[in-house]
Amino acid sequence: MAKIRLIEVKEEIQADNRAKAEALRSRLAANKTFLLNLMSSPGAGKTTLILRTIEALRDDLQMSVIEADIDSMVDAEKIATTGIMAVQLRTGGFCHLDASMVEKGLEGLDLASLDLVIIENVGNLVCPAEFDTGAIKNAMILSVPEGDDKPLKYPLMFTVCDVLLINKIDYLGLSDFNVAALRQRANTLNPRITIFEVSSKTGQGIAEWTRWLKRQVDEFRSG
Amino acid sequence: MHELPVTESILKIVLQHAPAESVSKIVRIFLEVGELSDLEDEWIQHYFDYLSKGTRAEKAELVIQRIPITFQCDACANRFEIKREALQDLQCPECGSTVCKLVAGKGYYVKNMEVI
Repeated sequence: MAKIRLIEVKEEIQADNRAKAEALRSRLAANKTFLLNLMSSPGAGKTTLILRTIEALRDDLQMSVIEADIDSMVDAEKIATTGIMAVQLRTGGFCHLDASMVEKGLEGLDLASLDLVIIENVGNLVCPAEFDTGAIKNAMILSVPEGDDKPLKYPLMFTVCDVLLINKIDYLGLSDFNVAALRQRANTLNPRITIFEVSSKTGQGIAEWTRWLKRQVDEFRSG
Repeated sequence: MHELPVTESILKIVLQHAPAESVSKIVRIFLEVGELSDLEDEWIQHYFDYLSKGTRAEKAELVIQRIPITFQCDACANRFEIKREALQDLQCPECGSTVCKLVAGKGYYVKNMEVI
């Protein structure tokens, strides 16, 4: 019988994607384009929050949106009604975006003329957390109807995000959602996470969020 | 669902490390997967069996070892492991601080493999 021998490999399985993500970040830095990766469950309000963000920042920043969906154009069409350029990426069954898919989405955009590109990732709190998209910052939305226990179920997502938006706070009176408990759970997993309470429907908290985002973009562009 | 692209990367990496001139067959592949990753062991093997057909890695067994979730305390620099279920009570066992940084338990690696 042939002799079995051991070969050392010691390779990160995601090394390829990480290298592509790093290359993308260098390209973004050279073009002074801030890339925000927005993640959440389906229905947490990513598209509406992006519409609110466009409304608040469109006079100050040149923006564009990359919409990722398994197989539809609905979200890109909504964004396009604002006059802002939206690129639709169909992931063809894939549950997340990785750096090469984002790279593809950026192909249709003139990076040098853009200050901010927002990626609307596939609605899912599991898979998108595992893949570096090349974004400068990662943001997630958790909406009140989803419940305050999500950090217990999807800890990884909370550890990779720079900012957490608690959306649909206009529903707070109708639910037993405990904002303090959620804040504590999110902070325990990630003490560096910045948290905003917003309602894309009423507009509450949107000014605080967009001011923060604008500051991030400005700092990145001047740095 | 993301087991598929991850498995494609595993196959690519092992084939790169097992040149056809010196390796006729890959028998077992040892992986390390962070405890925080939601990868299903069973699905990785299923996808691998499918993707590796006709390659030197066909029928290889994947042996998955979990990397414990490890935090480092900001205050006293103590490193400690914690179970996924206990994350909500995260606290440095040395000094009691709750401000700690995740240092291990994410990501996945091909550690080594047995070949013929």
